[in-house]
Amino acid sequence: MIRTEGLTKQYGRITAVDGIDLEVREGDVYGFLGANGSGKTTTVRMLLGLVLATSGSIEVLGRPMPASGRDVLPQIGSMVEGPAAYPQLSGRTNLALVDASGPGGGRRTRAGRIEDALARVGLDGVDKRPVRAYSLGMRQRLGLAAALLRTPRLLVLDEPTNGLDPQGIREIRRLLLDLNAAGTTVFLSSHLLAEIEQMCTRVGVLDRGRLVLQDELAHLQRPTGRMVVRTPDVAGVLGLFDGQVEGQDGDRLWIRVDDPATLNARLVGAGIRVAELAPEKRTLEEIVLEAAETSGDRR
Amino acid sequence: MIAVELRKLVLSRRTWVTILLIDALPTLVGILLAVTDLGPRPGTGPAFLSAVLTDGTLFPLAALAIVLPLFLPIAVAVTAGDAIAGEAQQGTLRYLLIRPVGRTRLLVAKLVSVMVFVVLTVLVVAATAYVVGVLLLGSEDATTGATSVSGSSLSTQELAGRTMLALAYAMLCMLGVAAIALFLSTVVTTPLAAALGTMGVLVTSTVLLTLDAADVLQPYLPTRYWLSFVDLFRDPILWRDVERGVLLQGVYVVVFLGAAWANFATKDITD
Ligand SMILES: Nc1ncnc2c1ncn2[C@@H]1O[C@H](COP(=O)(O)OP(=O)(O)O)[C@@H](O)[C@H]1O
Ligand SMILES: [Mg+2]
Repeated sequence: MIRTEGLTKQYGRITAVDGIDLEVREGDVYGFLGANGSGKTTTVRMLLGLVLATSGSIEVLGRPMPASGRDVLPQIGSMVEGPAAYPQLSGRTNLALVDASGPGGGRRTRAGRIEDALARVGLDGVDKRPVRAYSLGMRQRLGLAAALLRTPRLLVLDEPTNGLDPQGIREIRRLLLDLNAAGTTVFLSSHLLAEIEQMCTRVGVLDRGRLVLQDELAHLQRPTGRMVVRTPDVAGVLGLFDGQVEGQDGDRLWIRVDDPATLNARLVGAGIRVAELAPEKRTLEEIVLEAAETSGDRR
Repeated sequence: MIAVELRKLVLSRRTWVTILLIDALPTLVGILLAVTDLGPRPGTGPAFLSAVLTDGTLFPLAALAIVLPLFLPIAVAVTAGDAIAGEAQQGTLRYLLIRPVGRTRLLVAKLVSVMVFVVLTVLVVAATAYVVGVLLLGSEDATTGATSVSGSSLSTQELAGRTMLALAYAMLCMLGVAAIALFLSTVVTTPLAAALGTMGVLVTSTVLLTLDAADVLQPYLPTRYWLSFVDLFRDPILWRDVERGVLLQGVYVVVFLGAAWANFATKDITD
């Protein structure tokens, strides 16, 4: 759905995005993770043809961007760096203007589509008050409604949950997952690890303009082949698994084993008291930190 | 897209406040004239004003002559300066462009919207002035027509034709202002800067026109032939300055619209 090669953007002497090769597949919920200033928004703007790349190529929905924007953009719903609307007009009027300004979709079905989109984001009860009087969360929902107006194949959302309360974030996550289940590919950027970890199937990590990691989340978080054992009898375990213990932190030991069941049986057989026994699972945070460090070393 | 821009224009409160303000000045002048009965001596003051005291139906022409040199250009500078920079500042520009609205199409729609605003303003001013003129100043003898600036008399039909020409000429002058403001609107980041920049150009031009040392520049200054529409009411019509004015404004329009397009078509939208 999205594929870039060597995508680079320089603002004067600042390199905001540095040779990234993105690959987003159909059906993905792709999490584009990066700290503030790492280049997420710049990348999204390039994907949508708002900012012209310094070098590199972009393909969206199999077509080159920005050259094919006229055909590609109508199939994309998007939110870039926060929502925007005409403040003196109501939410509905704003959506009507958005809808009328581009191709596709007739006037007769407009009101219906607007109500659908508002309902999807939980704004269907909204009255005629101008957007000026909306809360931050309501504006964010209105922005999402505008993105959904054309039932897009691909959603490109730049920090879509900014400014929402936890309840709102949960609702948006639910909404995006529902849309994804119905076939929409979702590309969303965030600086929040937890957000990505909770809903994405695929992750790309941006660090100071460089893509330091890109993989399936399930693959990144696959079992490491080590078990974590918590025990008061540390010395006993060290004696039993000499050479297999790869790390220790107080009463916690990391042991490389092929078969957790055998490990358990041997511990029990040796009469070692075990408080906790679990396969090691790395958090996304650890993975990201490690990837950033490795790439930092390479410079 | 033009329809959408027009809808925005009509929905915007600023449009109507601006028109109201512009309309207020000639109305005030009309009331003052009616109350005091003191017109400027023929040949002084804003064009046509001296004639108005005897014939109120001429007041629309006088009202436009009052509004055209200053108020209308300012309104055009503000409206056209807002065109792109205003959308950018609000953040709505990026959403328009990814909707997608072609960048050239957007510029054209904005320009059309500005010119519709000008026409709307002129119509409102003329209509109000007509009502004020007839009610307060009276229509002494509307059928015999009016006196031309040269002293001979013009039939009502001639007067109407020349008024149309004068309005078209004024529109072209405003299109020139709009082109400059639209260009600046694609360059700067705030609508205020675009409007002030345009007014700066117009003020500079006006000042240089009074300066003998700027003699060589004067034929090329944007406001040089603005008031030449008065020549259309001479008998016979004095075409020379009007023609030069049309040519000059044409060049300004082409150059600045071209520059606006060239800049905007490839600009990074980072607002
Ligand atoms: N218009 C601009 N001019 C100059 N530098 C910019 C501009 N926009 C962004 N940058 C720089 O590019 C880098 C990436 O910014 P951005 O893409 O906004 O990051 P993110 O969205 O991940 O927070 C930052 O260092 C930022 O300062
Ligand atoms: Mg950002």
